[in-house]
Amino acid sequence: MIDKIKASAAEALADVKDGSTVMIGGFGTAGMPFVLIDALIAQGAKNLTVVANNAGNGDTGLAALLKAGRVRKILCSFPRQSDSWVFDGLYRAGKIELEVVPQGNLAERIRAAGAGIGAFYCPTGYGTLLAGDETRRINGRDYVLEYPICGDVALIKAHKGDRWGNLVYRKTARNFGPVMAMGAKTTVAEVSEVVELGTLDPEAIVTPGIFVQRIVKVANAAPSRATSGERRCRQT
Amino acid sequence: MSANLTNLAKLSRNGMAERVARDIPEGAYVNLGIGLPTLVANFLPKGREIFLHTENGLLGMGPAPAKGKEDPDLINAGKQPVTELPGAAFFHHADSFAMMRGGHLDICVLGAFQVSVAGDLANWHTGEPDAIPAVGGAMDLAIGAKRTFVMMEHLTKVGESKIVATCTYPLTAKACVARIYTDLAVIDVTTKGLVVRDIVPGLSVSDLAGLSGVPLADGREPAAAGA
Repeated sequence: MIDKIKASAAEALADVKDGSTVMIGGFGTAGMPFVLIDALIAQGAKNLTVVANNAGNGDTGLAALLKAGRVRKILCSFPRQSDSWVFDGLYRAGKIELEVVPQGNLAERIRAAGAGIGAFYCPTGYGTLLAGDETRRINGRDYVLEYPICGDVALIKAHKGDRWGNLVYRKTARNFGPVMAMGAKTTVAEVSEVVELGTLDPEAIVTPGIFVQRIVKVANAAPSRATSGERRCRQT
Repeated sequence: MSANLTNLAKLSRNGMAERVARDIPEGAYVNLGIGLPTLVANFLPKGREIFLHTENGLLGMGPAPAKGKEDPDLINAGKQPVTELPGAAFFHHADSFAMMRGGHLDICVLGAFQVSVAGDLANWHTGEPDAIPAVGGAMDLAIGAKRTFVMMEHLTKVGESKIVATCTYPLTAKACVARIYTDLAVIDVTTKGLVVRDIVPGLSVSDLAGLSGVPLADGREPAAAGA
């Protein structure tokens, strides 16, 4: 019997190696897998490359992983926020490498990794500081060649999952979860609810279980862990 | 005679938002950028069905929830709590940005540091050595929507024009801006240069061109011209 449900977050992350590329879902704190990140900090893997939309909020979740000194480099679209003081300090001290990627390129490059695409021409960023050197004019429009971003591990948060790894999400907490599940070799999802096989409507499953290797049930029931007012800050 | 800015009926931030909202038609799929453009949502004409898109995966975004009804899983691009309207749809990030890049959005409204006469946009990075760069979805939006509107104060705090011959800040995208809404005027970016469509009372197009430091053509409807 196939059962992807793990007894604990620690068990689900036991084999994460130093130097891994770790994708972390979430847009701000919506969809951020807090329990898995805490387990990764406890597990101790270091010299990580993190792929995420932001670079942490406040002092918890991704910010805590950064603060623990485990991250060598981060690829993200929007690191600078009113509550990104942990990242800001590390960056200004030269203790973390930053690669800024336009948000849609980040999503599509992750998706491309999961979809077996070698590279793709994308109009976003052409003629800007964030464009690579390989460009091409196609039907009168200029494009930049973009390469996939492949993760060793993806840590994502979903609303409900079953033992085959099928997932549904909740509202805008979905964000990067589905593409990161595709783009990493091993995807671990924390879910608020584990349901019996056959309970999720097959017409409505967002991430089919083939993209998910491990599931961890977390205690913080839906809606996702209540975020404090100060964590839900405006971007600046 | 040069324009005396202190006596002008400059549009307030809400006034600018109301002016932009007037130009958004029934049925439009629209993304409102972070900051000033977010205000446009408050002025969309009642009775028009307009679909608001937020980059983090929602079409049919509604207004802020009542106090105590906030849901941490339901936020906008600025990470503020929002609501979903009946008929709303959630989707993942690759689909959300396909809606932009694929040309499915009708209009996006963005803030800006500078817009050039060619419609180049600079709105993501000051380029200062100690600035931490952060782009978010700005580059994808700028090139993706069928029409990119910019909404900004006409002049910087020190009185320099934000409409420029060539952007000095790092670009967000080249030749992407269709129309500029400022506190002084509405200006279209055309292949023949910048064309003024609307201007606040008491300011002439030639005075505005003087303030802006770039050529501006008068493209106002005859009824409005000469006002």
